[in-house]
Formats: sequence, C-alpha cells, structure tokens
Amino acid sequence: MNDIPLLSIRDLEIEFPNQNGAVKAVAGVSFDLYEGQTLAIVGESGSGKSTTAHAIINLLPGNGRIAGGSVTFSGRELVGLDPRELEKVRGQEIGFVPQDPMSNLNPVWSVGFQVEEAIRANGIATDKKAVRAAAIDVLQKAGLSDAERRLKQFPHQFSGGMRQRVLIGIGLAAQPKLLIADEPTSALDVTVQRGILDHLEGLTKDSGTSVILITHDLGLAVERAESVVVMYRGKIVESGPSLEILQNPQHPYTKRLVAAAPSLASRRLGASGSTAKLVDTDLVASGQPAAEAGAESSSPVAISVQNLSKTFSIRGSGFKSTQFTAVNDVSFEIHRGSTTALVGESGSGKSTVAKLLMGLESPSAGQINIDGRDVGKLNKHQMLALRRRMQPVFQDPYGSLDPLYNIANTIAEPMVTHKVGDRSTRAERVRELLDQVSLPQSIASRYPSELSGGQRQRVAIARALALKPDILILDEAVSALDVLVQAQILELLAQLQDELELTYLFITHDLAVVRMIADNVCVMSKGQIVEAGRTSDIFDNPREEYTRNLLEAIPGANIKLGV
Amino acid sequence: MSGYILRRILQAIPVFFGTTLLIYFMVFAMPGDPIVALFGDKGVNPATAAILRHQYHLDQPFIMQYLIYIGGIFHGDFGTSFSGQPVGNILAQTFPVTIRLSMIAVVVEMVVGIGVGLVAGLRKGKWFDATSLAGSLLLISVPIFVIGFVLQYIFAIKLGWAKATVSGDAPLNELILPGIVLASISIAYIVRLTRASVIETAGQDFVRTAYSKGLSRSRVVRVHILRNSLIPVVTYLSIDFGVLLVGATVTEGIFNVPGVGRTLYQAIIRGEGPTVVSFVTVMVLIYLAVNLLTDLLYAALDPRIRYGK
Amino acid sequence: MANRNEHFVADFSESVVEIDAVRIDDRPSNLWYDAWRDARKRPMFYISGVLIVLVALVALFPGLFTQVAPNNNCQLANSSAGPVLGHPLGFTRQGCDIYSRIIYGTSTSLSVGLIVTVMTTLMGVLAGAVAGFYGKWVDAVISRIGDIFFSIPYILAAVVIMSVFSQYRNVWVISAAIGIFAWPSTARVLRAEILRVKNSDFVMASTAIGVSRFTILMRHVLPNSVAPVIVITTISLAAAIVAEATLSFLGVGLPSTTMSWGNDISQAQVDLRTSPMILVWPSLALSITVLAFIMMGEVVRDALDPKARSSR
Repeated sequence: MNDIPLLSIRDLEIEFPNQNGAVKAVAGVSFDLYEGQTLAIVGESGSGKSTTAHAIINLLPGNGRIAGGSVTFSGRELVGLDPRELEKVRGQEIGFVPQDPMSNLNPVWSVGFQVEEAIRANGIATDKKAVRAAAIDVLQKAGLSDAERRLKQFPHQFSGGMRQRVLIGIGLAAQPKLLIADEPTSALDVTVQRGILDHLEGLTKDSGTSVILITHDLGLAVERAESVVVMYRGKIVESGPSLEILQNPQHPYTKRLVAAAPSLASRRLGASGSTAKLVDTDLVASGQPAAEAGAESSSPVAISVQNLSKTFSIRGSGFKSTQFTAVNDVSFEIHRGSTTALVGESGSGKSTVAKLLMGLESPSAGQINIDGRDVGKLNKHQMLALRRRMQPVFQDPYGSLDPLYNIANTIAEPMVTHKVGDRSTRAERVRELLDQVSLPQSIASRYPSELSGGQRQRVAIARALALKPDILILDEAVSALDVLVQAQILELLAQLQDELELTYLFITHDLAVVRMIADNVCVMSKGQIVEAGRTSDIFDNPREEYTRNLLEAIPGANIKLGV
Repeated sequence: MSGYILRRILQAIPVFFGTTLLIYFMVFAMPGDPIVALFGDKGVNPATAAILRHQYHLDQPFIMQYLIYIGGIFHGDFGTSFSGQPVGNILAQTFPVTIRLSMIAVVVEMVVGIGVGLVAGLRKGKWFDATSLAGSLLLISVPIFVIGFVLQYIFAIKLGWAKATVSGDAPLNELILPGIVLASISIAYIVRLTRASVIETAGQDFVRTAYSKGLSRSRVVRVHILRNSLIPVVTYLSIDFGVLLVGATVTEGIFNVPGVGRTLYQAIIRGEGPTVVSFVTVMVLIYLAVNLLTDLLYAALDPRIRYGK
Repeated sequence: MANRNEHFVADFSESVVEIDAVRIDDRPSNLWYDAWRDARKRPMFYISGVLIVLVALVALFPGLFTQVAPNNNCQLANSSAGPVLGHPLGFTRQGCDIYSRIIYGTSTSLSVGLIVTVMTTLMGVLAGAVAGFYGKWVDAVISRIGDIFFSIPYILAAVVIMSVFSQYRNVWVISAAIGIFAWPSTARVLRAEILRVKNSDFVMASTAIGVSRFTILMRHVLPNSVAPVIVITTISLAAAIVAEATLSFLGVGLPSTTMSWGNDISQAQVDLRTSPMILVWPSLALSITVLAFIMMGEVVRDALDPKARSSR
C-alpha cells in the first residue's frame, strides 16, 4: 500500500468577501487522502465541508476565494494553478458529482449532449462515432437500459435517481483518480439513495478511485467511508477511522453528533418513564429500547380516519386532464396523548393526508372524525371551533412565517382570529409561549429573517400552541433542520407533549426520526397504507417488503455502537 | 408541444376580436358624430362627411359596422384613406420599407445589446459593467424623438456622414442611421435584460457542473451561459415589437422614411382620423401575430415545453 | 493527519459548541428596513432624490425659479436669439423665453405623469390582485381583458383616442388615454407575484388557523407581493412623462397653447438646422427628469431584491 497521499490539504483557508470585510468559511483545514481510500467529510450546514471540497478544484461560488494554505494532488500544487492547467485536472484527474440532480443538468441540452461534451473535453475519444459509443457506454454503466434512445432525451424526462446516475457516470467517465461526491443522495428518496450509493461504491472499488464523500449524515459516512473528518464552523474538530470515531468520539461536538444522529440513536424520546436527555455529553447512544408509552391503548381516540381518499385532476399538456389519486382508502386511529408517525417517500400521499385533516383540502371520499365528530358535517362556525383544537406545524421554517409580521404578531395571530382575549392578555400569553419554547423575550419585536431555522420552528410551535390545542399536526417539521438542532426540537416536542398532554400526528420521510418520537407508525406508499403498528413492532419485525426496504435504506442503521 | 401551440392560438382569437373591436369602438361608438370628431379642428364639408358616413356604414347598428369591417379585413380590404387610396395599396407600397428599417434595428439591437449585456454580466461589478449600466440608464431616459433629432443633427447635418432625410426608394445604406435611432431604446433594455439573465445563469448549479467536467471557460460561456440566458431575451422580443412600432412612427417621421410609420405620422399630424384607425388596426394585428410567433419560438427554445413530460 | 489511521482530536478549549444560539443585533430587520438601509448607502439614491425634489419644487412653485411670465413677454424681435442677461437659455422662434417656458412646463409634464401613475397603479393592483388571488374564471376573464388592452401599444392607442377626442385635449383626458392602456403591465407583475406568494407555507398556516380568505389577501399576500409594483411605479411615472411628450410631439397631445416640454420640442424641430439649442434645452429638462425617476427605480429595485441582500 502506497504511503504517499494522493491528495494532501494543509491549512486551507477560504473566505467570502462582503461589504463588511470577509467571512471565513474555512479556517485552517488539513487532511490527507490515499489512493483507493474513501473519506467522508461530515458536518452541519455552515461547517465548510462543501466549500472545502469545491475548493480542491476551485469551483467556489461567486466571490469566494482561497486565502491561504495548499492543496497538493499527485505531487502538484493546485492552489494558484494556471486556469488552463486546472481545466485539464478537472474531469480527467479529479471528477465531481454534485448534490441536486435536477439543477445540475442544463435543461435545454439533451443528456447525450452533456455526456458527450465531457467525453470530448477529457480526451476520452475524439471522432464522432467514438464519442457517441463512449457516451452510450457511460449511460449503460450508469445502469440505464435503452441507453441509445436516452441520449436524445432531456433532463426533465429522467427521474431523479436516473439523473444522479448520469451525473455519476459523467464524473467517472474519464476514470479519474479522485472523485468528489457532494451529498450525492441528499436530494433523493430514501429507497433510491441506497441503490445509488451501492452503485457508486461498486464503480469506485472496481477502478480503485479515491472518493471524498461529503455528507451531513454521520451514519451514512461511517457506513460508506473508511475515514471520517468531522467539521464544525470551518475547522476540523475530529478525524480518524470511521468506526473508531463513532464508537469512541472525543470532541464534545462529535459526541453530540453521535448522540443525536437519528439513525444511530434508536430510542423513544421522553416517553412516560425514561426521560433520558438527548444531548447529554457523556452519553453515547446505546441500543436500549425505551419504556413503552403504556397509557395510550386505554386513552380515547382523538383522530379517526376511515377510508379516506383524495383524487386530483391534473391538466395535461393537451386539453385532457388526468386523474391522480394521491390518497387511496386510508384508515387509521390516533389515541389521545400519543404520537403517530405517517412515514413515506415523496409521492406517498402523506402530506395530502395532513392537508385533508387540516381542512386545507376536501376529501373525495371517506370520513375524518375528530373526537368522535365527523368533520365533513361541520358548518363554518363549528369548523372554526375545531381549528382551535388542532393546529399545524409545517416543514419549511423559512416559509411558514410571514416575513413582514414580527414574532409577537405571528404568535398572536390565532388568538386574534378566534377573538380570544384582549390586547394585554394576548401579550401575556405570547410571553408565556416564548418561555415554553425556550426563546428569549427580546425576539418578540423581531422578524423571521433575523432568526435561524431552528428558532423559526420554535416560533411556529409557539404559534401552534397559542390556543391551547389538543392535537398538533407536524408536517415534516424537523426535516429541514440540521441534526443537532433537529434533536433539540424533538426534545422540545417530547417535553411539551408530556406537559400539555398533546396528541401528535408526525409526518416524515425519515424512518430514523420516527424511532425517536413515535409510538405508532403508519407506512404509506403511493397513496395507501402499507403497514401500521407500534414502532417497536415495525422496526423489529417488519412484515411487508416495502417496509423492509425502507428500514434497510436507513444509512448506518446496522452499525453496532458501544462494545 | 402541440397542446401548447393550440392553446396559444385559441387564446389569441378572443384577443384579436377584442382588440379590433376596442379600436373600432374607441373611434366609432363614442357619443357625437364620429366623422366630425375625427376631423377635429379642421372641419369637414358636408358632402365628404356624407360619403364617409355611408362608407363606414354609420347608418347601420354598431355591431354590423364592426362585422362588416372585420369581414373586409379578411378580404384584404382595410378601408380607404382620406386621399381616396385604398389603405391596402398604401400598405403594400410602404410596408417593405418599414420592414427593411426594422430589420436593421433588430440586428443592431441584438448584436449590440446582447454583446454588451453578455460582457457586462460576465464582468459584473467591473468598470465595463458600471459604464454600460450608466449608459443604458441614459439611453432609456432620453425619448426617442430627442435621440432622433440629436443624431440627425450630429451625423447628418453637422458631420454629413448620412443623409438627414431618406430618399424615395429608401436604399439600405440610407436606413442605417434611422435604424440605429429606432434601435436605441431597445438596446438599453436588451443590455439590461441580457446582463441580468447572464448573472443569474452564471450562478446556476449546472454551470458549476460544466466547469467540473473540465470544459474550458469559453465553451461554458458559449454553450451553457449564453444559450440559457437568451430565453428571456427572446420573450422580450414580443414586447419590443410594440416599442418598435411606436418608434418607427416617430423615426420615419423625423427622417422622412417612406414607410408605414411615416404615413401614420402624417395622417396623425394632418388629423386624418379614418386613416389613423386603419393603420393602427393593421399594426396591432401584426403585433398580435408577432407575439404568437415569439411564443412559438420560445417553446422551440425550451425543451421542457417542447417535449412535455 | 499524518498517518491514515491516526485519530485526531482538535483542542477543546478553542471551539465552543453552541447549538442554535439566538444572535440579535440592535436593529430590527425585515424586507423594508433592510431595503431602506440598503438604499441609503447608494449615491444614486441621493442624486435621484435631490433631482426629484427639485423637479417637484419647480412644478409646484414655478414663480420661485423665474420672474418672467412665460407667455407674456414673447416679442418677435427676440426670435431665436441667444442667451442674454435675465434670459439664460435664449428665445424660441416666437421670441418667448426658453428658460421660463421650461420652468412652467414642468408642472404639466409632472401632472400627467402623476395622474397616469395613480391610475395605472390603482387599476393594475386591483385587477392583478383579484385575478391572482381568486383565480379560475375570474383570472381567465381579467387576464384576457388585460391581454386585449396590452396588445395595443399604449402610445398608439393614446394616439387613436386623442384623434377622436380632439376637442378635449387637456391633462386629464390625455392621462386617461395613456393610463387605460398601461395598466395591464402592472396587473401582470402583481398577479405573478401573488401567484408565487399564494402558495407559501405561511399562507397555508394562516388558513389552517382559520383566517378568512379576504384577510389573508389583505394582511399576508398583498404586503408580500407589493415590492415589484413599487419598482414598476417609478418607471411608469417616467414612461408617462415621455408618453405625454411623444403625443405632444406628434401633435395629438396638449394643445399648442399649453406649455409642455413635448410641445416645445415639437415646435423647435423646424429650426433644427439653424438653432438646435431651442430643441436641446427642453429635451434636456425632459431627459433629466425622466432619468431621475428611472434612477430612483433602479435603487428601489436593487434595495428590494431578495437575492442581493446580504444573508445572515
């Protein structure tokens, strides 16, 4: 085994100049990569992981620039290299696979065109026939059957997974020595992710390509890479062999990451009984199952859904419209005080179920009962009264708060709408709510753009609690948050559920998060419920194949922690 | 794609009828005697008025008048001008000249506008960018007739590089100065639009991916940035045509170009109402047709529309 | 790491691990506050601001700027004469003082601009908001009507209207003639913005809370959609001023007795070869005024641009 590193980064510094000086995105990063090695860079948003990787081939966005340090590749210094030389390095010696398959292919050129230009630029073939043959070869290796026809098609005619395979194919087309994969599967469905990563692993192991894998998912990093580098705020806080980092983290940040990673931390949070706090620094997630929330089977049914269906008319490109069934004969029950998770990939219909429950869409068939009353038979006043008891929290913290309403007005809006209290009682309640979600009073006069994602989500929760509802519908409420922030919010939700006896319907695509927060699970696929039951049952003994696939797709789920 | 085309054509039909009806309505359905109103200050002698009244079927209900008029259009009969010549004939004579003038304008504005906009966008924040932005602001602020007069004065009267007024058969070289004047306002808009489009496209993910493939900068700019930036510019062309129509009227007036615009200009100045109506109607119809064509062109350029899902 | 199997740990004391700390600085920040702060940093804001104030003053108080009454002192003896003490810009063909004509013409042009802008903004906002928010057939009808009016370039339409209404050539009629065909642009812009905002999560959240449709439109959707309309308003003011001048130039604008820059330019073209400055001065006044509004529009557009704001 060669002991001279293929890639050697020393004291790399990257900054982005702005009006007030410069923001340092990467502040002194050093690591080595050897031939045939797969290394993962793990971090949350703002850690500098992507910036570091992009800087290797100088793909920094906008006005970013390398302010110091060196990047040595195959003995050659890449920082400050002549742009034309760098062009030769890109593609031929260092390949790149980007994150989002939709935005990374030019929509106006055919896929074949974009593959062929990579082939020609890297000297793999020159005359027209050879280039074409090479392009077909790339597509075939990417797993696309029917490659010749596919060449003429456009990116929007491919599915997300196929597009990503094409991008991987392009990245590896010239058989580079190093491949930089920037969160290659984050934008894809869970079941597709595993396939893509397996495919990538296969290709790179075959050719002995070194890989730098960038990810925010620690479980994924440990599963796919031999070495891990953990970054926080532009610096490396810990690095080493993956399993070692996972089983024996030393730095406080790494310890928190390990404890909070949903795929690895497999316990139910805050159930009546075990109140183990998540971000306890000397706790490494063990495999202990949580005490079951025993109260639920005897508590009354809060929400009952029977044979619910929803069909949309979609206008086609001509004049006909097609019928699309988003929700197909769905039935489930949620008992008061418990958390039921509705899990599914994109297109499964889970969000539509949420909207139907909240009255944002009307069902095509079926019945929704809240506390025994049929929602479909309510008049306007009764519907309004019902809304007081059931409130939503949405996914996108950057979109669910009106940018022009200050925080106090946002939280108070439900009270104003339902004419609850007067100005001073409402102000008092706002203060109370801010305390409940652990936000400082000073933000009441501020605006959403001044807060972070996690803080905005807390505001959304405060708003949802304003009228003292019994039921919260959380539609992907933590999916857009960083891992540690996500853990904090889940903690908060568990705590609130205990204090206020809330019932949760938790909608998510992330099975690993389900394990942490849900008593019961309904697995949805293509508008139908595939399997339902208690969380522990589903996870330990999945009956349906789809559920099994979903479970297996969780990155790092099979890694044993501890000794 | 065919669905898109069909939809666009179907949308154009009510607009066609609505627009022509509106123009007709504005002129002939107003209270009072439209003939007298059309001739305004000039006054009109009763005999002429009677002939015109009969000609415009003013003795019939308004809708009948309109339908007769529309029917006439489909037969190529666009009415008669004040001088007695059928508008159709006048159009046949003057149209080719205006087309030549417009072509020059379009070529100039495309080449200069896109070229400057591209460079400005690629070098955002540098002196070329700042200068071109300032220049475009100035160009937009000065009304076209002022530009016309100023350029006429400088280049024709003072420097003698071009003729101040264009001769009867309007050869191409004499149309260059008026063409530039006609293009001037559009150049400014195209520069700004291209610049904004280039800046936005250059920041897109697929451009970064293109560089990561090892493509040279010139290829990335040509094949990815420029190609994608052109789509909004093409969309602008349809609005631009409206600007050109108005501009042609003024420009041909200033430089005495024997085109459609000048005829309209003279008709306006002389207060020949019926001629004005006929010409404006024709111009609007052409504008609608150009809009439709531009939409089709846009669909051709964007595969997402061409090949649907 | 020097060795591929080494387990490296950074110094603890260096990095403090805070999760999601609340960082508030002293000034509140939302779209409008930020835009205001942004605008104030740009020199173009001050230049255009000063010019606009100046033009407004001239329009409102012309007597402050010139002692000479514009039409009273026209003496043919002074025809096309050059600048002289007390008459800094010289004389027109009729012997009227150019400078004072320009001063008194300001209010005409500005009036037309203002009336047109108010008209188009009100009509455009109403049409765009209703079409965008309530959708379906209301949208279809309003959009088709807008298309019809949009299909006639507004100057041509104004020409037709003014040809018909040749007996009623005053500021109000001209403004109406221009405005009636200019509102679709504003409507389209607002409609597009409303369509975008309508699907935001915060609108969904307010609906789920139980806020009525109308309240959502007025309190949530409209305020968040208004920004592009403001940009268009400044530009349309400039365009309206130019339109009036163009109409006057074509002879279908204000009557030749009314003082307007367009009329001055139109009357001056006869003397272009001999006394070009008679044309240049009113053109300059026109261009500077228009430039001021367009520059302000630029500043406002950049200030309100969400992409250009520095991220936190």
